[in-house]
Amino acid sequence: MASIPAPSAFAADHGHDDHAHADHPTLSFAQRWLFSTNHKDIGTLYLIFAIIAGVIGGGISGLMRAELAHPGMQYLPQLVGGNIDASYHLWNTLITSHGLIMVFFMVMPAMIGGFGNWFVPIMIGAPDMAFPRMNNISFWLLVPSFLLLLGSMFVEGPAGFNGVGTGWTLYAPLSTSGHPGPAVDMGILALHLAGASSILGAINFITTIFNMRAPGMTLNKMPLFVWSILVTAFLLLLSLPVLAGAITMLLADRNFGTTFFDPAGGGDPVLYQHLFWFFGHPEVYIMILPGFGMISQVISTFSRKPIFGYLGMAYAMVAIGLIGFIVWAHHMFTSGLDVNTKMYFTAATMIIAVPTGIKIFSWVATMWGGSISYKTPMLWAIGFLIMFTLGGVTGVVLSNAGVDTIYHNTYYVVAHFHYVLSLGAVFALFAGFYYWFPKMCGRMYNEALGKIHFFIFFIGVNVLFFPMHFLGANGMPRRIPDYPNAFEHWNYIATVGYMIMAFSMIFFFVNVFYTLLAGKKAEGNYWGEGATTLEWTLPSPPPFHQFETLPQVH
Amino acid sequence: MNGFNRLLLAAILALSPAAAFAQAATAPADAANLAPAATAATPVTTAAKIAPPAAPVAAAVKPAVSAVAAPPRLTPADIVAQPTPGDWRLQNPLSPIGHEGAFMNDKVLEPVLAAVCVFVFGLIGYAMIAFRRREGRLPSKLSHNTTIEVIWTVVPVLILLGIAVPSFQLLANQYDPPKPDLTIKATGHQWYWEYTYPDQGGFSYDSVMLTEAETAKAGTPRLLDVDNRLVVPVGATVKVLTTAADVIHAFAVPSLWVQMDAVPGRINETWFKAEKPGLYFGQCFQLCGTRHGFMPIAIEVVPRARFDAWIAAKQADNGLKPVAPPVPTPVTVALNK
Repeated sequence: MASIPAPSAFAADHGHDDHAHADHPTLSFAQRWLFSTNHKDIGTLYLIFAIIAGVIGGGISGLMRAELAHPGMQYLPQLVGGNIDASYHLWNTLITSHGLIMVFFMVMPAMIGGFGNWFVPIMIGAPDMAFPRMNNISFWLLVPSFLLLLGSMFVEGPAGFNGVGTGWTLYAPLSTSGHPGPAVDMGILALHLAGASSILGAINFITTIFNMRAPGMTLNKMPLFVWSILVTAFLLLLSLPVLAGAITMLLADRNFGTTFFDPAGGGDPVLYQHLFWFFGHPEVYIMILPGFGMISQVISTFSRKPIFGYLGMAYAMVAIGLIGFIVWAHHMFTSGLDVNTKMYFTAATMIIAVPTGIKIFSWVATMWGGSISYKTPMLWAIGFLIMFTLGGVTGVVLSNAGVDTIYHNTYYVVAHFHYVLSLGAVFALFAGFYYWFPKMCGRMYNEALGKIHFFIFFIGVNVLFFPMHFLGANGMPRRIPDYPNAFEHWNYIATVGYMIMAFSMIFFFVNVFYTLLAGKKAEGNYWGEGATTLEWTLPSPPPFHQFETLPQVH
Repeated sequence: MNGFNRLLLAAILALSPAAAFAQAATAPADAANLAPAATAATPVTTAAKIAPPAAPVAAAVKPAVSAVAAPPRLTPADIVAQPTPGDWRLQNPLSPIGHEGAFMNDKVLEPVLAAVCVFVFGLIGYAMIAFRRREGRLPSKLSHNTTIEVIWTVVPVLILLGIAVPSFQLLANQYDPPKPDLTIKATGHQWYWEYTYPDQGGFSYDSVMLTEAETAKAGTPRLLDVDNRLVVPVGATVKVLTTAADVIHAFAVPSLWVQMDAVPGRINETWFKAEKPGLYFGQCFQLCGTRHGFMPIAIEVVPRARFDAWIAAKQADNGLKPVAPPVPTPVTVALNK
C-alpha cells in the first residue's frame, strides 16, 4: 500500500497542487493507514483488500477447475493426505470459501468500499464522507471478518473434517446438525462482522449523499454512479439485518438448543431458506448495481455524450432495487413451494428483465450518435454489455419455475450467475479500475497491456463459463467434486478457459506495477471532453482534502 | 491420475463394508416392523431358514421365498436416460411433462432469447462501427426520446407476456397430475436414498452407489448406478413423496423433468410418468455434505408384469403376504391441489 503515491498536496479548492502542504499535519504511517478517516485512503485500503481477497478467491477457483478437468479425484486428495472423504469435504469448503470470499470480500469491498468511498464524495462535491471514523471501522471490521472466514477452514466442521462445507448459503440442517464442529460458528461470526461493516457503510453513504451534496447538486443531477451507490446502500441497510437475524438463529440452533430450523422441535429448514434469500436476492443486486453506475460513467465518457435517458436510468435502478426484494423464492423453486407461490415468483422475477432491458438499451443509445473511442475502460464496458445481456437472458430462462425444475442446482445456474457476476460485476470493476486508476494514483496505465488483458480475459472467461450452460442442460449438478464421465468434455474445456483467464491476469498485475513505478504522469482530466463529473475537475491524484470551498454545480 | 483413481477405489472399497452394514442393520428393523410375530432381533433371511415354531409369519413366508424369483437387473443395454459425452442439450425427455418442458425450453425460450441476444449484439456492433471516433465527428447531444423509451419498455413486457403463457401452463400441468398408479417414498440419507413402497406392504430398501470397480464390472456409468434400483412400471403415473432423515437432499431425474428437495420434517410431492422402459439415471441435486456427489438415483422402468413379479419377490423377501398382482394400487393420499 505504501507504493501508492500519496496525494502530493493540499489544495484549498480544485485548483493546482503546486503549493507545499502546510495546512494539514504530517501523518505517520499508522495514523494515515490504520487510523484513516480520509475517504480516499479508506477507499484505497478497500481496493487493496479486495484485490488480495480476489487473488485468494480466484486461486481457490483455480484449484476447483483443476480438480474438475477430468473425472476422478486428482489433486484434492494430495492436500489431505490421501483421505478420499476428506478430499470430498475439502471440495465443499472450497466452494463455500470461493462464494463467500468473492461476494463479501472481493466484489462488495471493491465496488462500494473502494470506488464508492473514493468517488461518491468527490462526485457530489463533498469534502469527505459524513462519518469518517465510522468509515474507518467499516473497513477494519472486514479484516477480522476475512481472517475468521479463512481460519474456519482449519478448524473442525463435520466430525473428523475441517472447514465449512455448506455452500455460501449455509442451509440448515447441514450447517447445524451436519457440522457439529466450530467451523460454522466462525463462518457465521465472519458474516456478522462483514454485515455490520456493510450496514455502517450503508448508513454512511446514505447520510453523505442526502446531506453533503454541493450547492446545485440536486438528486436528479447526481452522476449515475452516485445513484447506484445510493440504491445499493438502501438494499444493504434493509437486507443485511435479515441475514444477521437468520444466522443468529443458526448460531442459537447450533449452540443454545433452540430449534428454529429443526423439525424435531417444530422448526423448519425451509424457513431458513426464506430468510437467507430475502437477504440473498437483494445481495446479488448489491453486487451489480454499483457496476451499472460505473458502466454508465464509462460509456458516457468514451462516447462523449451525456447518458441517454438519465432519469429512466436512475429510476430503473430504483425499480430493480425494489423488485429485488420481492423475488427471493425463485432460489427455492424446488424446495416444495405451492404452485401459486411459484407462479407469483415466476412473474415477479420476469418483471426484473424490464428495467434491466431499459438500462441495456439506454447504454446502447448513449453510444448511438456518439464519437466512441475504444480505450481500455470502454472495452470492458462493452464486454460488460455483452456478458450481462447473455447472463440476463439465461436469467429469464431460469425465472420460469416449470423450466427451472431441471435447471435448478445445475451448472446452468452456475453459468448464469457467473455471467452476471463474474463477468458482469467483474467487467464493471475492471472498467472502473482502468477508468479511475490514473485518477487515484496520478499515473497513466499502459494502454496496450490493458487491451491485451481485456481481450485474453474476455476469451478466457467465455471459454470457461459458456460450456457450463451445456453441462447444466445435460444434467450436471452443482457442487460435486467428481462427475459421471459423460461430463468430461465440457469440463475440460472450462478448465482450459480458466487457464486463459488466469494468464490474462498477469498483464493486469504487470500493468498495475508498471503504472505505479513508471507510468506517465496523469493530467487532471486525462479522458478529455466526455468526462464531465466533478472528479475530473481535480488534479490526479486529488488533493488530500478536496472541496474545502464547495463547488457550485450548475 | 491412475494412482489417485486406485486411491479412490481403495477408499470406497474400504468404506463399502460400512455401507453394507448400514443396510444390514435396517433389515431387521424392517422385519420387526412388518412382521411383528417374528423375533425382533432375527434378520428375515435367517428367520426363514430357522423357522422356529413360535414364528408363524416367518414360517408362512418360507415357501414364497423359494417360489418368487426377482426379475434380473436391467443391463447397460437398457439405459435410456443418462448424460451423453459432449452433449450440449437437455437429456431426452421421456415423460409427458418432460416433452412439454423441453418444448418450452427448446421452442419458446431459446429462440426468443437467442433473437434478443442477436438483436442487442447487432445494435452494439453497429454502434461500435458506425459511431467510432473520427476526425471532425461531433457527437450528438441527444439525451431523451420518449417514443423510443416507451418502445423499449413495452416491447420487452409483451415478449415476457408471450413467454409467461406457456410457462404458467407448464407449471400448472406439473401440479395437476393424473390419478397416481403407484406411490413411492424417497428418503434422503447421508449419503444414499431409501425407497419405500407404502401401498405394496410398506417394504423399503436402501439404494447405495456402486463403487468404481462394481460399475466397471457391470458396464454401467461410473457414479450413476446403485446396488438396489428404484423399480416402477412403464406408463404408470408414479407419485414420489420426498423427505430426508438428516439434511436436505434433492431427488432429481432430468429426463423425467423431476427435481424435488427432500427436506427433513416435510414430505414434498412430485410425480412422473416414464413412457419408455429402460434404465434412467439421476443424481442428488442439493448439497448434502461430504459425499453429496455420490448418491445417485437409478430407476428401472419395466413392463407391468415384470414390475409385479419384482414386487412379489420384494414382498416375499420382506416376509409380507403377497398382494394379487393385477389389482390397481389404491390411492390413499389426497393430492395437494
